[in-house]
Amino acid sequence: MTLTYAEVWWLILGLAALTALIKAAGPVLLGGRSLPAWSTSVIVLMAPALLSALVVTAVLADGRSWSVGAHTVGVGVAAVMLWRRSSLILCVVVAVLVTAGLRAVAGA
Amino acid sequence: MTGEADEGAHASFRRGLRLGVPFAVVGFFLSVSFGVLARQAGFSVAQASVTALIVFAGSAQFAALSVVSVGGGIPAALTAGSLMNARFLAMGIALAPSLPGGPLKRAAQGQTVVDSSWALANRGDGTFDRWLLFGTTVPQYAAWTLGSVVGAVFGDALGDTERLGLDAIYPVFFLSLLFAELRGPTSRRVALGGALVALALVPVTPPGVPILAASAVALVGVVRRSA
Repeated sequence: MTLTYAEVWWLILGLAALTALIKAAGPVLLGGRSLPAWSTSVIVLMAPALLSALVVTAVLADGRSWSVGAHTVGVGVAAVMLWRRSSLILCVVVAVLVTAGLRAVAGA
Repeated sequence: MTGEADEGAHASFRRGLRLGVPFAVVGFFLSVSFGVLARQAGFSVAQASVTALIVFAGSAQFAALSVVSVGGGIPAALTAGSLMNARFLAMGIALAPSLPGGPLKRAAQGQTVVDSSWALANRGDGTFDRWLLFGTTVPQYAAWTLGSVVGAVFGDALGDTERLGLDAIYPVFFLSLLFAELRGPTSRRVALGGALVALALVPVTPPGVPILAASAVALVGVVRRSA
């Protein structure tokens, strides 16, 4: 890291301010107006689109390139377990263990 | 407000608190890994902890941190963080009609949105249960802040978070939310479309943009359904 101690504080404050601004924008600018009827379907479908994009970019991409790693396998196993309705915490534990285990084997 | 509405609000809030607990547990470990990574990058214990306390947006924190860890400057880090946060813009627009009050109150209520609370409070008919949203966020905020403090203080003892497999936590967290959303064939198609759009854009856009662009697939889903 090339930032000084003071610059890190500026980064933190800047990120907090921008995050607050982004989160406030929709509720404030739109007010309490209700959206047109067609937009309801868009809103309902936004969650699956955003969430699946978050997942695939986390497990199949590294910065600006596609990549797979031990965590891809770990998350894959957890995905099967989640689909079969295992608890979230158990799935997370398995994902972490599989990922760490594969890395230990690969590193040994 | 009528007594009945108050009761509904309380019940929703309590239900939210309960629903938020598993996500808070997972978020705790995620935040621990943030605290460790921030210390390794050169943040002080106070800086790593305050980041979680006042930013409270995991993907933005990790994105900004990864930029500065590799030598990037403040503008690049803020851009990366804000791009990851751009999805909150879409979520805020969706949530807006379900919030009461004037601009300040609305802005404050908007701050409580995190991915899991937004997804869980989504009634599936275009409206949101705001008290459920607030309730779901409370344990997650507490766990998120605590996690970073723990990670920042004990990070040196933990060592390499990648070796420990902690980077597998975040995607599983979002997968569980995703599966809850896959109610019908349209949502499944949209989820698949969002994944493909995001992956296609990874090599050609800065991190964060693929995720934002994927939300546009929700529009396609509607056009298809009405056709």
